Amino acid sequence: MSAESGGESFTEYIQHHLTFWNAPVTQAGGVASLHVDTLIMSLVLGFIFLTWFWWFARRATSGVPGKGQAFIELALEFVDGQVKDAWHGSRKFLGPLALTIFFWILFMNLMDVLPVDLIPAAAKATGATHFRPVPTADVNMTFAMSLTVLILTLFYGMKAKGIVGYFKGAVSHPFTAKNVFVKVLLAPFNILMFVIEMVTQPVSLALRLFGNIFAGDLLFMLIAGLMAHFLSLWYPIGILGYLAWSFVELLIIVIQAFIFMYLAVTYIAMAQQHH
Amino acid sequence: MEINATLIGEVIAFLIMIALTMRFVWPPLTRAIEERQHKIAEGLEAADRARRELAEADTRAAEEVRKARAEAAMIIERANQQAAQIVDKARADALLEAARQKAQAQAEIENMAHRVRAELRGQVATLAVQGAERILGREIDAGTHKALIEQLVAEI
Repeated sequence: MSAESGGESFTEYIQHHLTFWNAPVTQAGGVASLHVDTLIMSLVLGFIFLTWFWWFARRATSGVPGKGQAFIELALEFVDGQVKDAWHGSRKFLGPLALTIFFWILFMNLMDVLPVDLIPAAAKATGATHFRPVPTADVNMTFAMSLTVLILTLFYGMKAKGIVGYFKGAVSHPFTAKNVFVKVLLAPFNILMFVIEMVTQPVSLALRLFGNIFAGDLLFMLIAGLMAHFLSLWYPIGILGYLAWSFVELLIIVIQAFIFMYLAVTYIAMAQQHH
Repeated sequence: MEINATLIGEVIAFLIMIALTMRFVWPPLTRAIEERQHKIAEGLEAADRARRELAEADTRAAEEVRKARAEAAMIIERANQQAAQIVDKARADALLEAARQKAQAQAEIENMAHRVRAELRGQVATLAVQGAERILGREIDAGTHKALIEQLVAEI
């Protein structure tokens, strides 16, 4: 194997792994298409999360809990505690929201530490030529969640202050004045700040998760690609590198799931509180 | 970045997931946790109450024992007094009876002595008369000398 052809096939390998299973919905394709791999993986993982929790919630006893129930309760109380710190109201909706965000993202992120070719190879057996198994390395996934959080932020803000009150707050804050003339003068800046806030919140939320997971995913791809195309004689080194990065990536996976959940709850709670 | 219809699909999936968690996962678990907290609180309170009640029962029992002991002491004392009274009374009765019997016996003895003495007197009188008859050689008319004889008898 020459370095030239190795380099070529290596580039192809990476490019192949960066290509989604794209299914156009209409003739035009482009925006009107679906990433089937992202959808399948996210739905399967969501189903696993729900089934797991539902299984133990269904038979939850207020007596002595079994090991399974105890673990689920521990997870729930951890999430509930985070929500309780930021939000002082009924947690009937925000609790389930935070729990869903944390565990769904955690499960999707965890696909990252599986060998990069494992799930694509399995998909290939069923006929899919391209398959990206990590849904959170797809901006569609992360933006779907962050935009939903944005909508909830607006909804809860308006619910707490009324629609008029909410937009009045947006026009008159953060720059405040007593004089009516100064108020009018400051309004454009306030609106600008509000728009910036409403844009940066979902964008930063989505891109932080996407960037971290995509970078980790890419690194795994590079290690696997190098292992297969350049370092085939030094396979053990490749495996060691893979394992070492897995440890770091596991930390990132948990932290990113937590940060997304924490910030989502904080944004919603903030919309209700300040101004 | 390839933003496409996947985003909308995932928004829908996300909302459905939240709804399912809200409906099937969160309420039963929080209910179970809250119920358990309630149960534990109740258990602790019950234990506390039981401890208090036990202490109370202990003091009550001690009080009862003390009272019973005092009562028993009183009863024993009273019984002792009664026994002493009975013994005293019995002794007095016995003494009285003994005195009575003694008096009776003495009276009987005296009676008998009287009788014997009277009899002896009679016999002595007879003997004296007979002796006098022998000495005089004739019969003394008892009728004529009745007063004399009686005087003699009385003198004996």
